[in-house]
Amino acid sequence: MTAHRGVGPSTELEAMEPGGGDGLTDVAAARPLRKDVWRRFKSNKLAVVGLGLVIILVLTAVFAPLIATHTIIERDSGHFREGPSGSHFFGTDTIGRDVFSRVVYGARVSLKIGISATSIALVIGLFLGAVAGFFGRALDSLIMRITDIFLAIPYIVLAVAIASLLGRSENTVIVVLGFTGWLGICRIVRSSFLSLRQLEYVEAATALGYSKWRIMFRHILPNALQPIIVYGTIAVGSVILSEAALSFLGVGPVDPTPAWGLMVADGKSVLAVAPHMLFFPGAAIFITVLAFVFIGDGLRDALDPKLK
Amino acid sequence: MTLTPPSTREVLLSVRDLEAKFTTDDGIVRAVDGVSFDVHRGEVFAIVGESGSGKSVTAMTILGLIPTVEVDRGEILWKGRDVLTLPEEERRKIRGGEIAMIFQDPLTALNPVHTVGRQIGEMARVHEGLGKKAAMARAVEMLDLVGIPEAKERAKMYPHEYSGGMRQRAMIAMAITCKPDLLIADEPTTALDVTVQAQVLEVLIGIKDEIDSGIILITHDLGVVAGLADQVMVMYAGRQVEMGTTEEIFYESRHPYTLGLLASLPRLDDEGDEPLVPITGAPPSLINRPSGCAFHPRCRFAKLPGLCDTEVPALRLVAGDAHRSACHYAETLEGVTVDTLRAEVDQAELVAADIDAGEPGA
Repeated sequence: MTAHRGVGPSTELEAMEPGGGDGLTDVAAARPLRKDVWRRFKSNKLAVVGLGLVIILVLTAVFAPLIATHTIIERDSGHFREGPSGSHFFGTDTIGRDVFSRVVYGARVSLKIGISATSIALVIGLFLGAVAGFFGRALDSLIMRITDIFLAIPYIVLAVAIASLLGRSENTVIVVLGFTGWLGICRIVRSSFLSLRQLEYVEAATALGYSKWRIMFRHILPNALQPIIVYGTIAVGSVILSEAALSFLGVGPVDPTPAWGLMVADGKSVLAVAPHMLFFPGAAIFITVLAFVFIGDGLRDALDPKLK
Repeated sequence: MTLTPPSTREVLLSVRDLEAKFTTDDGIVRAVDGVSFDVHRGEVFAIVGESGSGKSVTAMTILGLIPTVEVDRGEILWKGRDVLTLPEEERRKIRGGEIAMIFQDPLTALNPVHTVGRQIGEMARVHEGLGKKAAMARAVEMLDLVGIPEAKERAKMYPHEYSGGMRQRAMIAMAITCKPDLLIADEPTTALDVTVQAQVLEVLIGIKDEIDSGIILITHDLGVVAGLADQVMVMYAGRQVEMGTTEEIFYESRHPYTLGLLASLPRLDDEGDEPLVPITGAPPSLINRPSGCAFHPRCRFAKLPGLCDTEVPALRLVAGDAHRSACHYAETLEGVTVDTLRAEVDQAELVAADIDAGEPGA
């Protein structure tokens, strides 16, 4: 099955094949969960493409100095807004910097912000959602009202406010997106906990004398992880998109930082004469976000085949 | 009969006049109403009753497992200390460490995301502070003890890779990991095949002797009780109706409800044509309990109108050292057995059949 995957034109038939295999493995019920998930994930071509793109992105970020042909601040005097060429693959910008090198280094900025902000959001959302769902009652109402309040604040307004307090930097963007991005996770975790805490193995854990925190994070959380993993993956993509938006609006990192959104903003005023300045960083954002969404979708199908 | 009756041994648990209720939208549910009993070390104490009789709530209240239940009155003395007045942290230490519970459905009472060995080992890690490796070794030892073959390999498996009987054994292994003094088994065999039931019960009793604990066995299966229990408490509508040794309950019952339960069961020594005598009617609502004796609307022996529907009968000594019954007319039941009940019903059915045949219009 794997040998001829992606070769033949009969994509639909192939996509159905692993579905048929599922029934058999369910009966056997001997295969470890992880292998099952990976097998289902592999059968989703878009997800595999997404995973490949993200791996390339990570490698690009890690090995940026080796890949980049120039530094991010080096100016090639006399070559302003030049289109792609042999010495500048993606052309040069308004002050003669190499767009290719800046896009390559930009992967570092995007990944750093995407992963850090999503991590902050996950930690806050997990904790508040778990507490709300597990303890219920007054604590639940309180936390849910707090999320309502956060939902009512446009994050861009909050970003402008925080940026004016902390100054424009990558860290500002991380703080803003981290502290506004936890709402969705909080709600997902809360609803999982609400239903899971009713289950008998949770009651059994109480009967065995385990503490509330142990029950919450050792017994319930692992059972609630699937939607969180999916949401978290997609969130990295959307955080990168939001970062680009903030940079574009001039609330994000400042100029020498090779943030993709900032480069798009620079390119927009000279779109007619130097479209490459906008096109390449724009494409980088587009591909990156899409890749994370593909992985998220693939993970959701792989983790819970019933949803398909 | 054992030479040393269980009652001479250490009293582990003493429940005194326990009253517990739930408040629902429909009204107050008096789930447990004035229940008292003692459980001794080494003894199997069975609580019998139909669904909604309050047997599970009684057991769960001992452990403090139902957050919505309110205890109005009474004491639950565990080794002399009233657990109801203990702080939550102290109660938590008793749970699992000193009193462990075996749940009804091993399919849902094991966590699907952890290996069985890890779940059993966790008990030792939490209550005895064992390290990861030592806990795993203990888990394997426990699985071995409950008769799971190749315990070392099985410990690495997940619950879904176990059969139902193995899962219930694993549940028992988990409950006994810290050698508790009391095991509460809530319908431990209901979810299992009959053949597996016997094996699991055997394991349970073997373990009890091994760690010298007491067992509270909650069940509606009188067959299970007859084979295992030393003492039996019968509950109906949240109240105790009869209490005594297994022999007293099964052969000299002094309560119409117990007699009714026994007469509704087929027996191995039946010839095959004996009638089964059902208890007519439905269990009462605990919100709106019948006046007087809660069983009177379904009772064959009720004298109405009279004491039965006006006065709640007290649980009182009716025979022997400790055979208690809550029936106003317990004394008149002396000599009444399942066989007499069955004969009576046989007779009544014949009469009814005659009437049906004679007057089709009636």
